[in-house]
Amino acid sequence: MARYGMVIDTKRCVGCADCVVACQTENNVPEGFCRDWIVEALDGEYPDLRMEIRSERCNHCENAPCVRCCPTGASQITDGGIVLVEEAECTGCKACIASCPYDARFVHPEGYVDKCTFCYHRVKEGQDPACVAVCPTKCMHFGDLEDPHSEVSKLLRSRPNHALIPEAGTKPKIFYLT
Amino acid sequence: MAKQFSRREFIKIGGLGLGGAAVGTGIAHSVLGGLGTSPALANPVLSGAIDGVVSTTPTVCEICFWKCAGWVHAVDGQPWKITGNEADTHCNGRLCPRGTGGLGAYLDEDRLRTPLIRTSAHGKQAFREASWDEALTHIAEKLQKIADEHGPECVALFTHGSGGSFFKHVLRAYGSNNISAPSYAQCRGPREEAYTLTFGEGVFSPERTDIRNTRCLVLIGSHLGENMHNTQVQEFADMVGDGGSVITVDPRYSVAASKSKYWLPIRPATDMALMLAWINVIVEEQLYDKDYVESYTYGLDALKHSVRDYTPEWAYPITTIKPQLIRETAREMAHHKPATLIHPGRHVTWYGDDTQRVRAGAILNALLGSWGRRGGFFYPNKASIPKYKYPKYPTPTRTWKDAYPKQFPLANLALANGICDATIPSPERDCSFKGWLVYGTNLLMTLPQPKKTIEAIQNLDLLVAIDLMPAEITGWADVVLPECSYLERYDDLRVSPGRVPAVALRAPAFEPKFNSKPGWWIARELGIKMGLEKYFPWQNIEEYLESRLGGTGISLDELKKKGVINLEERDPIYFEDGVQPEFDTPTGKIELYSTQLEEYGFDPVPKYTAHDRPPEGFMRLLYGRAPMHTFGRTTNNPLLTGLMPENEVWINRWVARLLGIDHEQYVVLVNQDGVRSNKIKAKVTERIRHDCVYMVHGFGHSDKRMRKAFLRGADDAQLVTRVKIDPIMGGTGMRVNFVAVEAA
Ligand code: SF4
Ligand code: SF4
Ligand code: SF4
Repeated sequence: MARYGMVIDTKRCVGCADCVVACQTENNVPEGFCRDWIVEALDGEYPDLRMEIRSERCNHCENAPCVRCCPTGASQITDGGIVLVEEAECTGCKACIASCPYDARFVHPEGYVDKCTFCYHRVKEGQDPACVAVCPTKCMHFGDLEDPHSEVSKLLRSRPNHALIPEAGTKPKIFYLT
Repeated sequence: MAKQFSRREFIKIGGLGLGGAAVGTGIAHSVLGGLGTSPALANPVLSGAIDGVVSTTPTVCEICFWKCAGWVHAVDGQPWKITGNEADTHCNGRLCPRGTGGLGAYLDEDRLRTPLIRTSAHGKQAFREASWDEALTHIAEKLQKIADEHGPECVALFTHGSGGSFFKHVLRAYGSNNISAPSYAQCRGPREEAYTLTFGEGVFSPERTDIRNTRCLVLIGSHLGENMHNTQVQEFADMVGDGGSVITVDPRYSVAASKSKYWLPIRPATDMALMLAWINVIVEEQLYDKDYVESYTYGLDALKHSVRDYTPEWAYPITTIKPQLIRETAREMAHHKPATLIHPGRHVTWYGDDTQRVRAGAILNALLGSWGRRGGFFYPNKASIPKYKYPKYPTPTRTWKDAYPKQFPLANLALANGICDATIPSPERDCSFKGWLVYGTNLLMTLPQPKKTIEAIQNLDLLVAIDLMPAEITGWADVVLPECSYLERYDDLRVSPGRVPAVALRAPAFEPKFNSKPGWWIARELGIKMGLEKYFPWQNIEEYLESRLGGTGISLDELKKKGVINLEERDPIYFEDGVQPEFDTPTGKIELYSTQLEEYGFDPVPKYTAHDRPPEGFMRLLYGRAPMHTFGRTTNNPLLTGLMPENEVWINRWVARLLGIDHEQYVVLVNQDGVRSNKIKAKVTERIRHDCVYMVHGFGHSDKRMRKAFLRGADDAQLVTRVKIDPIMGGTGMRVNFVAVEAA
């Protein structure tokens, strides 16, 4: 069974937010909401500065608190370890929103909770998620972390990297190359 | 004495055109929701499965001039998304955020909907809705009157964007060649002239920079990554990813600076000193490409002599960059030569000596041997698609150059601000401009000194604005013509030279919304009403396109299927691969010493001139771009506004502390002439020097018909009340304004 994840090269990313717009049109994300977003993390004092630019989204955690706390079972882990919300079963109680350390979820105007799906509909067809496919700097990679020959596995072996808030113990599956 | 006409008023008309004559097309509702209403509309992606018939139409993006080819996807005729065309070398299958969000241009509910004519009744000016027939007849009559009374040369066209080519055609057929684009004197004009003076050719657009093979890239105020010119950024990311060396000179820690080996936070307005010091080090230490310089260049000795005092020690107190760092970066550039690219920049109208500053960079490129070499500047292949054969245009008796005799000898294109000046009557001129056609450019934001623009407008007999959006300029027009968005129309072919020359097609993916029309249609109908039938032998655009393609072996049908066709011309693009090193300059060489500048009495080798520093309590106003916006043209786009709804003013943290300004607090900028900006959020940051502030251009729209952009953020152009004119080509240096920051 595949274990899908993302590897994002912060050296290449310019923070253009193309990934955000592509997600919005691909997935019909309502105006005023987004499933992915950009963080510019600045370190140091003028003129000695460093900056990491990251495209962030749901980490499709292996140990996902949002799934564990969901009272209706709408939040679930699907094939390939993709965390999804079953719209019809979601009552909009927001328990998952409170439990997510990454602030990845929001209430869709139609009442259910929404977030990044890793573009499950595209992945099923063998395509990359929309954000990965659009990125002009080609800084995002999607693939099977289980497969040692996949591009994502190779990148993780060859380059220093980190995940976000590892101390939360959620086992996130998005890694940032530095 | 001339009769005093009532002054032209700016017409603000919130509701007009929003209901009335609008003609719905069945897809007037956006799938993405408009105006904050919930989008309970067709959902093309149901739980991940696309439910419906997907169709794709080829397009060429119009959100910026990079003109990437892409596909418009619709589900059951409803707009879904736009993606890049894999075969296109302008985008390599990946559009930039603005192109990806291009559907917003179509979906925007605030678009102009129907032609409008200015009327005056009971002392009040207002627009009334008009039919196309009425509006175009009105314009044709006015143009005839101007031609009879003053000559057709008194009409000028300002243009920006693809559809402009049809209006240029109308104007030339009418008998005027006063065609100008603010992209010359307000943007890249000095660059093109500086490179032409040095190498005999310009840099062109898209730039002929070979960044993907560059090993050392020097960016002087160019903020690649924030400035999202697609393949340029793609290649930049590739070279950074491959460990290439980047040297960024910028008072601001830009995104590019964050990817650089060296960030040189230079004192604003002193770049020339740094470049001269670099030249000094490179010639003194003999770091230049000796064979190349010997074979191809003219004037090394004169250059050496001229820069001998411009040492790094001299430059230090001017630039605040340490001498050791100036030497180290000069050596770094030399180490990677000839794959070192001193980027020529794009928007370079800064301080009034811009042609000379850009020339200093051109000289560095010449010394390092990067022009015509891999990793430097390549020689683009031409795309040989013939132009449409029209009857000969009448010969104008006067040209735009007559409007300012003996000035700007080296200007090769009409100056938009010059036409603006020459519209204000003056005893020194026998003719002033009487009519303006303004296509797709919001002159109030693109020209500096908006007050002067408004003064010029007061003197016009006719102002026609052709636009998608109710941009500020439309409020000053006599007639407003709503063009449909690029997704609803054909345009002329995109014929592009480059490493791989190509032809690309924009076809309509949707019917024009409301009562808007394609540019080609408007131009043709207007031309016919003006009695210029013989210049419009084609009946519709498809006929025109077929005719242009005739003889190339490419059919319109094939182009509709593929969107872009890469042409066969693949000649070498570098000297090392066989390009003949020929330079169209008076000496036939790369001119380190410019014989043309000498002839016209300018410095043949760039010299340093000190620019004014900010007075006490003021900081220099710098402006730039954000990746998700193309100036003011996208700030109302419902898909892009959310990403950056307003601009912020960047203020150094220590300065903010002294001023008592908090991060995210709203402030007002007041310039040296007392002009106050709209309120703008402060971004208090380590990422900028203390002596300047920075903001993204294109915000702070003052026309309330653009509901998402209206008074969101501040407009930098409004604060540019002063300019320094480049004596060589007439560019308007705009970074010569200073602002103080006050709490809002
Ligand atoms: S599209 Fe790519 S470069 Fe742009 S912000 Fe997203 S990840 Fe970064
Ligand atoms: S990032 Fe948040 S929403 Fe996504 S799986 Fe982890 S906890 Fe759940
Ligand atoms: S660079 Fe972006 S905005 Fe410009 S043409 Fe390409 S996709 Fe469109």
